Amino acid sequence: MYDFAYQKPGSVADAVKALAADPEAKALAGGMTLIPVLKQRLNHPSVVVDLAKTGLSGITAGAGSVTIGAMTTHAAVAASAEVRRIIPALAALAGGIGDEQVRHRGTIGGSLANDDPAADYPAAALALGATITTNKRAIAADDFFQGMFTTALEADEIITSVTFPAPAAANYQKFRNPASRYAIVGVFVARFPAGVRVAVTGAGQGGVFRHAAMEAALSANFSPDAIAAVTTPAGDMNSDIHASAEYRAHLVGVMARRAVAAAS
Amino acid sequence: MPQVSLTVNGTQHTVEVENRTLLVELLREKIGLTGTHVGCDTSQCGACVVHVDGTSVKSCTMLAVQAEGANVTTIEGLAAADGTLHPMQEMFREHHALQCGFCTPGMVMSAIDLVQSHPEGLSEHQIREGLEGNLCRCTGYHNIVKAIAAAWPLMHGKTMPAAAE
Amino acid sequence: MGHEGIGASVRRKEDLRFLNGRGHYTDDMNRPGQLYAYIRRSDRPHARLGAIDTAAAKASPGVVAVFTGADMAAEGIGGLPCGWQIHNKDGSPMAEPPHPVLATGKVRHVGDPVAVVIAQTRQQAKDAAEKLAIDYHDLPGAAGLREALAPGAAPVHDEVQGNLCYDWHIGDKAMVDAAFAGAAKVVKLELENNRLIPNAMEPRAAVGDFDPMSGDYTLITTSQNPHVIRLLMGAFVLHIPENHLRVIAPDVGGGFGSKIYHYAEEAIVTWAAGKLKRAVKWTAERTESFMSDAHGRDHISTAELALDKDGHFLALRVSTLANMGAYLSTFAPCVPTYLYATLLAGVYKTPAIYAEVKAVFTNSVPVDAYRGAGRPEATFLLERLVDVAARETGIDRVEIRRRNFIPNDAFPYQTPVALQYDSGDYTATLNAALKAADYAGFESRRAAARARGKLRGIGVSTYLEACGIAPSAVVGSLGARAGLYECANIRVHPTGSVTVFTGAHSHGQGHETTFAQLVHEQLGVPLDQIEVVHGDTNRIPFGMGTYGSRSLAVGGSAMVKAMDKIIAKGKKIAAHLMEASVEDVEFKDGTFTVAGTDKSKTLTDISLTAYVPHNYPIEELEPGLEETAFYDPKNFTYPGGCHVAEVEIDPETGVTSVVNFTAVDDVGRVINPMIVEGQVQGGVAQGIGQALLEHAVYDSAGQLLSGSMMDYTMPRADNLPNITVGTESTLCTHNPLGVKGCGEVGAIGSPPAVMNAVVDALREYDVRHIDMPATAPKIWSIIQAGRPRMAAE
Repeated sequence: MYDFAYQKPGSVADAVKALAADPEAKALAGGMTLIPVLKQRLNHPSVVVDLAKTGLSGITAGAGSVTIGAMTTHAAVAASAEVRRIIPALAALAGGIGDEQVRHRGTIGGSLANDDPAADYPAAALALGATITTNKRAIAADDFFQGMFTTALEADEIITSVTFPAPAAANYQKFRNPASRYAIVGVFVARFPAGVRVAVTGAGQGGVFRHAAMEAALSANFSPDAIAAVTTPAGDMNSDIHASAEYRAHLVGVMARRAVAAAS
Repeated sequence: MPQVSLTVNGTQHTVEVENRTLLVELLREKIGLTGTHVGCDTSQCGACVVHVDGTSVKSCTMLAVQAEGANVTTIEGLAAADGTLHPMQEMFREHHALQCGFCTPGMVMSAIDLVQSHPEGLSEHQIREGLEGNLCRCTGYHNIVKAIAAAWPLMHGKTMPAAAE
Repeated sequence: MGHEGIGASVRRKEDLRFLNGRGHYTDDMNRPGQLYAYIRRSDRPHARLGAIDTAAAKASPGVVAVFTGADMAAEGIGGLPCGWQIHNKDGSPMAEPPHPVLATGKVRHVGDPVAVVIAQTRQQAKDAAEKLAIDYHDLPGAAGLREALAPGAAPVHDEVQGNLCYDWHIGDKAMVDAAFAGAAKVVKLELENNRLIPNAMEPRAAVGDFDPMSGDYTLITTSQNPHVIRLLMGAFVLHIPENHLRVIAPDVGGGFGSKIYHYAEEAIVTWAAGKLKRAVKWTAERTESFMSDAHGRDHISTAELALDKDGHFLALRVSTLANMGAYLSTFAPCVPTYLYATLLAGVYKTPAIYAEVKAVFTNSVPVDAYRGAGRPEATFLLERLVDVAARETGIDRVEIRRRNFIPNDAFPYQTPVALQYDSGDYTATLNAALKAADYAGFESRRAAARARGKLRGIGVSTYLEACGIAPSAVVGSLGARAGLYECANIRVHPTGSVTVFTGAHSHGQGHETTFAQLVHEQLGVPLDQIEVVHGDTNRIPFGMGTYGSRSLAVGGSAMVKAMDKIIAKGKKIAAHLMEASVEDVEFKDGTFTVAGTDKSKTLTDISLTAYVPHNYPIEELEPGLEETAFYDPKNFTYPGGCHVAEVEIDPETGVTSVVNFTAVDDVGRVINPMIVEGQVQGGVAQGIGQALLEHAVYDSAGQLLSGSMMDYTMPRADNLPNITVGTESTLCTHNPLGVKGCGEVGAIGSPPAVMNAVVDALREYDVRHIDMPATAPKIWSIIQAGRPRMAAE
């Protein structure tokens, strides 16, 4: 790890100020991605701005939604009675991120801001139509994710909270990379009165994406059979030593059908 | 040089570190607690697991400066002053849940957190999943799983509910 | 003896320190004034090494020194030696190119050490190492066997055109060819044995130190055999006489073979400590382990079995390519020859066997012994081939094995490939395993799985291995450059407690307990008064270390011999004290008695007398009660057994899970059943890892694609089933304990059991063979390919 300056501001405003002051500054949330990246010397920030004291953790149940503070850990989301009541699929997803120790440190804001193409939360945010609130504005999930490791966030912008509307039914199914345990394919299915949203992580070359064909089929008939014949173009899929594009495309279908079958 | 003040196994320490110093480096190199190990550099093996403010974390994936004011427990802090082992340590020994001993400190720290956080009971399946963050190359995990199941009643002071899942 | 001796599941003595975080592993050790080394490694698979500009690194904060291969060469530092010489078919010796400690002239694999930076802190050394400017001229590289042997492939070593290290063979080719000519049936199979990365949980580390007053060097290292390191590094690399070189291998966090070898980093820190007159520590990061610890396996083979019309094996013909990597690691050449081809008889009475092995240099990390070493490769080949033979002859898989077993009355049994088996009962282990696994009830489980949408299969492997390595004269004649005996020193202290100094090394095996049980059994000393010391060349007379499941069979036997001497001397002292003739003195349970009398003396009486020899036969006997023995085995030992695996495949995803695993092994006499069970379970876990998960993958140019735990699948708790272990023992006939060894059986017997089960599960897809690992996408592809055919039917 290269050495860096370290700040732990006591407010969102101070954190934003610190980040804005230096283009080489990096925000540190749970550190579950940033610290491994720093250890590999793949990144050399001038200053690391630790968000631990910015008061951004906590879970609030709203009318038909749940709002999660950006610094809320995966473990806290998984264990939250409110999340389990309002969106059980989201609690289950949080409980399946990484391992127990990662869940104790990793945060929802950190995961979304990083937008790892194999991360779980982006699938939930996109499928549930979440609203990502920052120090500046509210961003719809559909506008937030802009490709692998790329989001709508500006340099002096940090996520403060994420609001998830409650679906009528939802489920997330993940096929894990056997080594890293990140998603090779993760499919989040959410049924709303207005229609079904399906988001896929891990698989696509452009990061998390919505599966329009599946959404249409499931909106008409919310059952695994409805998407049995829906294919996913392999040309848009990632390929690596763990899974070919064809295999990923196939798994998108399998995980989606399983998610629909399990949705509650 | 930055300073970090924290409590480790009940003892207050204030040490000089670099900002890039990891918590595990602080423990091993600054205060000489070498029971916490480093087995990988990708946050996967779990040999470095300690408790920070009561929950298990990978001390290789936490900066020392992030632990300012924290209460840290390491493997060295588990046994009682008279040497009496923690029930988890005792069950690891009883069930031969360690061979080379290198993963053991992290494994024990994770296992204690796993049992503590499941007062409703733990199935074998849950134990195996709960160990996702800890690698062991020696035991095949068979005896580790047995040891954790055996420690549950000792730590909770009652028999494990039969149909825990 | 009572409940603490042979056969008792005594809880381990070493556990208390490990469970309290009080183990002493190499990286836990620090020396006054210690510096830190960081090694800059090649990121190129193959390149000519041009100039290395060290100026910026030397000027970096905290840096004390930077050394390159040229610096070492200028001081006459030797290359890393190879401990085994194989001869070609024509009798000429294998190609043995130099293995420089730090690369000179060329780099030959990703991870090849190029320069070392030594600084006040680890981070400073690493910071500075990035500032080294290394001029590489890339060359074409090949990490794969076929690519390296292809005409026109770039030579890894300029002096070894064609990249062939050796072309070796064993067996009677004419006899085999004749048998094939007359066979009723020939079964042929091509298979690969997947390359593995050992990944002991403790990364390698080394601390070198030098005392300018005495001229003594000390090396603390993560080694399975400190005396071997002292010999190799002292004599061949750094030219330090043994009396000035102390090698300590303290608590070692797993080895599995990867910590046998003498590695460059050991020589670097020791040499640098001498130059700088300061201690120097190096600790591998896991990423470095992936590219610098010796890998395992990596074979491509063609196997042919000739059978008569009744399914009796007539002959076996095998041709194997074995990857050596870029350099010859310490024992690499013997792995695909004498630890592999000699095992091709397995448990079968195949009368004629011929095998040829080509060892190949490639632009990859050196390959050497990894748990099982050669024997898993032989077993996988044989047990897959037998399953295919069963299928193609229509004979039941278990029945064809029974029909070809070496019968119990055939021991000692001379195989056509050099080994002579002393004992075994393959029918007994097979029957016990089938019963424990409820083999007979399998079809109902298959049907139940089918109802749940899963494909279930069962697989059997009946295997044999050779361990207890090894008779010195035999291995010497086969090319070993070392003797493979073991040494033990037993010191009975004046008040009767005992210290055992053993040349074996425990890095997870529990020697401190098992060896103490042996002493308790033979001398009657309570376990808590027995201390086992290992891993320090200054404390232990000599030793060859721990690998090849040899510690008990060879090291334990040395202890028995030393204790025999203790008892013999004790009897003389006792005879003197009790005024009896030595012939009348008996020793049992820690007490010397005179036959036919009520006279007795405890071992403590005798030891006290030995050290306070006031009333003592001083003319005939020296004072003291301490004996050393060396034991050189007469033969290998031959553990064997039967493993039964049951798998379930999710046909939608191709995910394969081992749902039941049963191992019944003949490991000879069992000293501590709890430890044996743990050893087998751990070995099986590594075998299941090889079968389903683990694979070191290089791209065609020689970049390691599975270069971290993010891409190399280590078995986790949720990948593995409970592992049922039983033993069904026959005794080894040629060592005093009757022990055979249990460290490797799990990793040897299990991979083909799992793969036979996978193929069985997929029987409706008409698959004949699947190479390891049986990953989900591989299985899914097979199912996909089978589907149209199924639909057409």
